[in-house]
Amino acid sequence: MNRRDFVGLTGLAAGAIWLPSVPALGGTLVDPARLLEPGLDPAVKKRLADAALNAAKSAGATYADVRIGRYLNQSVFTREKQVQNIASGESFGAGIRVIANGTWGFASTNQVTEAGMAKAAQLAVQIAKANAKVQKEPVKLAPQQGYGEVSWKTPIQVNAFEVPVKDKVDLLLAANAKALENGASFVNSALFQINEQKYFASTDGSYIDQDIHRIWPNFSVTAIDRASGKFRTREALSSPMGMGYEYLQPKAQDKIAGPAGTGLTGYKYSYDILEDAALAAKQAKEKLTAKSVVPGKYDLVLDPNHLGLTIHESIGHATELDRVLGYEANYAGTSFATLEWKAKNQPYGSKLVNIVADKTQPGSLGAVGFDDEGVKTGQWDIIKDGKLVDYQKIRDQAHIVGQNKSDGCCYSQSWQDVQFQRMANISLQPGKEKLSVDQMIAGVDKGIYIAGRGSFSIDQQRYNSQFGGTVFYSIEKGKIAGILEDVAYQTNTVEFWNSCAAICDQSDYRLFGSFFDGKGQPSQVSAVSHGSAHTRFNSVNVINTARKIG
Amino acid sequence: MAILSKDESQAILKKVIGFSTADECQASLDGRTVGNVRYARNSVSTAGASDNVRLVVESRFGKRSGVATCNEFDDATLRRCVQRAEEIARLAPEDPEYMPLLGPQQYLTPVSYASSTAAITPDYRAQAAGDSIALCSAKGLTAAGYLEDGAYFQALRNNKGLEAYQQSTSIDFSVTVRTPDGTGSGYAVADYTDVSKFNAKALTQAAADKAAGSRNAKALEPGKYTVILEPAALVSDEGLLNNLMYNLGAREADEGRSFLSKKGGGNKLGEKLFDPRITIYSDPLNAQAPGGVFDGEGMPVKRINWVEKGVVKNMYYSRYWAQKTGKQATPFPGNFIMEGGTQSVQDLIKSTEKGILVTRLWYIRDVDPQTLLYTGLTRDGTFYIENGKIKFPIKNFRFNESPVIMLNNVEAIGKPVRLGGNLVPPLKIRDFTFTSLSDAV
Repeated sequence: MNRRDFVGLTGLAAGAIWLPSVPALGGTLVDPARLLEPGLDPAVKKRLADAALNAAKSAGATYADVRIGRYLNQSVFTREKQVQNIASGESFGAGIRVIANGTWGFASTNQVTEAGMAKAAQLAVQIAKANAKVQKEPVKLAPQQGYGEVSWKTPIQVNAFEVPVKDKVDLLLAANAKALENGASFVNSALFQINEQKYFASTDGSYIDQDIHRIWPNFSVTAIDRASGKFRTREALSSPMGMGYEYLQPKAQDKIAGPAGTGLTGYKYSYDILEDAALAAKQAKEKLTAKSVVPGKYDLVLDPNHLGLTIHESIGHATELDRVLGYEANYAGTSFATLEWKAKNQPYGSKLVNIVADKTQPGSLGAVGFDDEGVKTGQWDIIKDGKLVDYQKIRDQAHIVGQNKSDGCCYSQSWQDVQFQRMANISLQPGKEKLSVDQMIAGVDKGIYIAGRGSFSIDQQRYNSQFGGTVFYSIEKGKIAGILEDVAYQTNTVEFWNSCAAICDQSDYRLFGSFFDGKGQPSQVSAVSHGSAHTRFNSVNVINTARKIG
Repeated sequence: MAILSKDESQAILKKVIGFSTADECQASLDGRTVGNVRYARNSVSTAGASDNVRLVVESRFGKRSGVATCNEFDDATLRRCVQRAEEIARLAPEDPEYMPLLGPQQYLTPVSYASSTAAITPDYRAQAAGDSIALCSAKGLTAAGYLEDGAYFQALRNNKGLEAYQQSTSIDFSVTVRTPDGTGSGYAVADYTDVSKFNAKALTQAAADKAAGSRNAKALEPGKYTVILEPAALVSDEGLLNNLMYNLGAREADEGRSFLSKKGGGNKLGEKLFDPRITIYSDPLNAQAPGGVFDGEGMPVKRINWVEKGVVKNMYYSRYWAQKTGKQATPFPGNFIMEGGTQSVQDLIKSTEKGILVTRLWYIRDVDPQTLLYTGLTRDGTFYIENGKIKFPIKNFRFNESPVIMLNNVEAIGKPVRLGGNLVPPLKIRDFTFTSLSDAV
C-alpha cells in the first residue's frame, strides 16, 4: 500500500481517524496566533479579483470567476492523559475558473498579486481552449444576477480560534478523565475547527466576501475485557456544526432527554462532552456483556444522531444531479433516482416523508450566504409527501432538467481545487403531530432503538444499504429492555423510506452531519448537516454481525 | 522546481539544520509535480496540474517538540521557519512517548522512479482520455475515467547525522464503462511506475467488454458462494487486503483492541491465522511494484515478511512501542506483495465448477474490528460461472466477510499483478458470504 492510499483512507474510515499520523487539515503549519490575524481587506481583494477577471476576458473567456481564499484550521488530538498532536494550518491563494470556446478551464495560484492572478487566469483560458477540442456540447450556465459588493458571516458567538489551545486541551483531557473514571480502558478525543475566509468575484458583477466557521468535537471510548479478549467502542454523540466554540459550552435548553431506560441525551445547539464521555464509558462496558441480537424483522426507532447518515447516504447522495447524470460514474457512482425514475412519479417514501434541502439553516455545516459560483442560497423541496420533486443542482446543470436557476450547491474545499456540485443540508422534516420518543417507543411491540454513528455502507446507485450504530437497545412491548450488540440493518432505499411510520415533533428535531464527506477525482471533502427528529421504520431486516475467527 | 535533486535538497536542509539552536532538529523536503484529466459522459470534464515543494522543520528541546512548514527557500524564510518551530517547541507539553532522533542510517538504492513518467505532458493525458472516449463512443458505450500521474521526491536530514533522499513516479488510471440504457457496467484499473507500460485503449477495452457482457443480469439468492476475486476486488483505498494490512499494528494488539489481541493479554505474533499458502511481504526493491526505502522518521524500509505460510511473522512496531516492549521497530511499508502462482483469472474460471466472478468490491466499511468483519458490495461486472465458463451476468450482492476468514477458505491463488502500488493475485475463495441483493448497476 502506498502512503497516499493510507492518508486517503483516514478521511473515509471512521475508525482510522484516530490514528495520530493524521496530518493537519491542510495548509502550512502556523502558530495558533496567526489564525487570528486579519486577512486582506475586501478592497484589495476586489482589485486583485478584477485583475484576474480582466485578464481572463482579454484572453478570450466568455465567463470567469475568481475565488481568493484563506482557509484556516486547527486540530487537537489527545488520548487518555496525553496530547498527541496540535496543528494549526493556513492556506492562502486564488482559484480562477473560466469558460472559453464553450469549455471550462481552471487554474490556481498562491501568487496573490495582480500579475500572479492575471497569469493564472490566462492559464485557465489556455486549458479551456485545449479541452474544447474534445468537448461535445458547450457549457450552458443558468443566468445569474450580479450582487455587487456584499458579505456574509456564520453567526458565531465565540470564534474557536480565540479560545486558548490550553483550554481546548484541558477540555478534551477532562472528557478523557470522565471516560477513564467510568471504566473506559482507552479513550481518544479530538477537536477540529475550520474557518474559510473566501472572496468570490465573477464577470456577472458579484464581489462576495464570506467568513465561514465549523467545529467538531469527537471521541471514541474503548472498553476491554482482557479475560475474554472482547473489546467494544462507543463513539461520541456530538455533531459537527456550523458554529463557533459556543457549541462546547453546554446549555440546559439544548439537552433533550433520550428514551427512558437508556440514559441518553440528545444535543441541539450545544454539547456536553463531559457528560457524554462518562455515559460512553459506562455503555462501552455494558456492551461487553450485552445480549447478541437475534436476526429478523424489527421496527426501528432511530435517533437523529444516527438517522443523519442514513439520510445523507440514501437521499442526499441519490439526489445530487451530477451523480444522476453520470459525472461521478467512475468513482462515487450514479443514482437509482434517474430522470426516468422521477418521471414515473412513484413513491420514494411514505407520505410522512418530507425532505428539504437548505443552504441557509442556522448552525448547519452547509449554511453560507452564497455558494462558490456566486449564487445566493435558499431552501427547496427534494421529497414532498413521499414523492421526489427535485434534485440538487448548480449553474451548468439546471438546463438539463429544464430549469433556469441554480440551487447554490457549488463548493470547493480550497482555492486550489475546482468547485463542483456538492450536497446541500438535506433534512427530514419533523412530524406535524405532537409525539415524543417515549410515546413513539410505547407503540412498538418488537423493536430496536439505535443511536449514533457506526458502520455504514451503500451501493453506487444508492439502493442497498447496511447501517450500524454506536449503541443499541432492545424494545419489547413498548419499553426499552436492555442493551443489544452485533446489530446492523440491511435495506433497500425505497422500501426503507416507505416503511417510515412515525416522526417525532419539532421539539425533538436536531442536526447531525458529515464533516469530511468525500467526492470527486481528485477527491475533495465538504461538510454537510442533516436534521431530523426520532423516526420509526416498520419491519426492517436486522442481521447479526458477530463472527468467530481463529 | 518541484523535483529537487539530492544535492539541491540537501543543500537547503543543511542550511536549515545550521540555523537551528534546538537540542534536536530534523528537516524534510518533499515535492511533487502532478497532473490529471477527468472525463465522464464521453467528454473531458476537468483537467489540472500542480507542483509544490514543502519544507517541514521539527525542533526539539528535551521532550518538547514543535513543527513548522514553509514553501519558499530563501535564507530569511528558512531562518523564520526554524525559529517558529523552536517557539512552538518551547510552548509544547512534554511528549511522554518521546524518542530521540535517529543517527546515520544505511538505505537501499530506490528503484521507484521512471523518467518517462516524469515527462508526461497535458497533451499525453488528453490523448489517453481521447483514446478511451473514442473506443467507447464507437461502440455506443459511455466512458467515465480518471488519469493521474506524478513525480515525487523526499529528502531528510537531522543534526544527528541522518541523511536520506528518494524519488518516485506513478501513473494511476481507472475507467468505468456503462451501457447507455444503464443495464451494464464494467471497470478497469491499473497503476505503474513507468508510463511506457500503460495502455489506455487495452484497459478501456477490458472495461467495455465487461459493460457489454453485464447487461440484463439475473438475480441469484444471497448465500455462501465460491468466488473468484479479481485484484481490483481485493485492493483499493478501502480494499479487504489493504484493511488487513492496516490492522497489523502491535500496539493496538497489545492494548487488547485488535483482531491480533490475545485472550488474556499479548498479541498473536507467531500464530498461524491463515491458509498455509498465504505469504505476504513488503519489498521496496520489487521491480514491478517498488516502494520507498525510508519512512517519515528516516527508518530504513527493507524486505520484511508479514505473513509467512499462514503464520503472522511480523507486526508494525513504532520506535516507541518497540522500545517499551523490547522488540525491533518495523516501519510502515510502502507496498505489500502477496505471493501467488501462475494462473490467470481465465485459468481460475476454467477450473471452477460453480462460482461467481467479482470484478470490484465497493464502499467497504468495517463492521466489527474484533473479527475484522467488513461489509460492501460487488460492482461493475459480476458473473455466474458454471463448468469452467462464464454463464451469465448476475445482479450485485452485498457481502459481510472478514479477510481473516476469507484467507482460510482459499481454493486457488492466481498470478499476482500490480495494483495500488502492491502486487496482488486473483483469489478463488470458497464460502464467501453474500447477505443481500442490490439492484445497482
